[in-house]
Amino acid sequence: MAFALHGCLRHISGSERFVNYHWNWHIFLEPAPGGTGTYLDMLLSGLALTIETSLLAWIIALVFGSIVGVMRTLPSKTASWIGFGYVEFFRNMPLLVQLFLWFFVLPELVPRSVGLWLKQMPHAPFYTAAIGIGLFMSARVAEQLRAGIGSLPRGQKMAATALGLTTAQAYVYILLPIAFRIILPPLTSEFLNTIKNTAVAITIGLVELTGEARAMQEFSFQVFEAFTAATLMYLAINVVVVVAMRLLERSVAIPGTIAGK
Amino acid sequence: MFSNFDFDVIRRSFAYLFLDGMTFTLTLTGLSAVGGLVFGTLIALMRLSGLTLLGRIAGVYVDFMRSLPLVLVIFWFYFLVPYIGQWLTGAARPIHVGAFASSLITFILFEAAYFSEIMRAGIQSISKGQPAASYALGLTYSQTMRYVVLPQAFRNMLPILLTQTIVLFQDTSLVYVLSIPDFLGAASKVAQRDGRLVEMYLFAALVYFTMSCAASFGVRRLQARIAIVR
Repeated sequence: MAFALHGCLRHISGSERFVNYHWNWHIFLEPAPGGTGTYLDMLLSGLALTIETSLLAWIIALVFGSIVGVMRTLPSKTASWIGFGYVEFFRNMPLLVQLFLWFFVLPELVPRSVGLWLKQMPHAPFYTAAIGIGLFMSARVAEQLRAGIGSLPRGQKMAATALGLTTAQAYVYILLPIAFRIILPPLTSEFLNTIKNTAVAITIGLVELTGEARAMQEFSFQVFEAFTAATLMYLAINVVVVVAMRLLERSVAIPGTIAGK
Repeated sequence: MFSNFDFDVIRRSFAYLFLDGMTFTLTLTGLSAVGGLVFGTLIALMRLSGLTLLGRIAGVYVDFMRSLPLVLVIFWFYFLVPYIGQWLTGAARPIHVGAFASSLITFILFEAAYFSEIMRAGIQSISKGQPAASYALGLTYSQTMRYVVLPQAFRNMLPILLTQTIVLFQDTSLVYVLSIPDFLGAASKVAQRDGRLVEMYLFAALVYFTMSCAASFGVRRLQARIAIVR
């Protein structure tokens, strides 16, 4: 795993920053070292990895965030305290530190055979990043869901109970379907944050979009072209997500609310 | 599991971790928060100025900054700032900018986008009668903002501004990608040198966790105390 750190810790040499800059926009069509295609192909494969990592992380964040968010609103004191502890744990440490804990520390703390398996696992940075970012974001999803459930009128839960629904049924059929539709806009921002946070995984050796831009800069010295392309790709992802979510919001808007007209 | 732990490595590197590393982290956090707040407030005022062009520019700036990962922005400015300096000073070559100055500029410009949205919400939450009364008393736009609107907006938004500063405190750890010895960078350097990754990273996590927890507890207390009774 030592190789993973190398890319980041290598000191960026001073000299390459202080020469007058020569623009070369054709660089993207030139073959990249490694023989896998052009520099543009390199950036696009980084873009694909960014999307894959964010999607897996987002699924994890939604699953764990929903469970913890519900726990925080349950009548049980124990459940709500466990939920509180979970959220505080993942919210009060920098994401970078959390990734380091999963990547460098966890394999040393588990039994030797498990640790060895973790270290030799193929695509370890990818899975570590997806799980680490997913759990980090799940605390935020949980807080959004708690707020969403909390914003429902008390009568909803009471009516469900009066109709003979169990607590589980009340959540599945009444509270969660409404709460998720209410918190759709903040969830969109959290999904965008998930995508942006995948760039932090560069520190554990995941060569996603920012990583590929950085690699392109090291190989070709065309730093501003590389970063401009990465920037445009991030903007494109943002636009796609925002537009898609707005369509989804419109189609699931609750009738009778301001959003639903 | 903790039997072969070397807790001594923390004691040995204590001074380096805190006097060098944590000082860097806290200085960067503090200066970025103040700079980001000032610049962010200006952006918020631009957005609310009612002048179409000014508002549009501010809006594009905020949306742009908020759609990029901080790591990419850190790299951008690290390479860009020397050229901006050259352009500003008219020097013949890109000027030399230190790691601290480069990351400070990055964080001020990046955080300003987030602070400006908080300040915008704060300004918009002030009732219309306040600036109206202030104009009726003969105060100018700048006086109205400085003495009437902004103090109230700042006070209302103080808990959220401080919460954002805690996020900023955690985000400063990302200067690690420039191999700058902030707190995490220092811990990482010691970890690599002594081959003590487990101890150092667990310790760093504990320190960040304790400080962030204490700070958010403080914010919650403050929020309860300064809440305006309406």
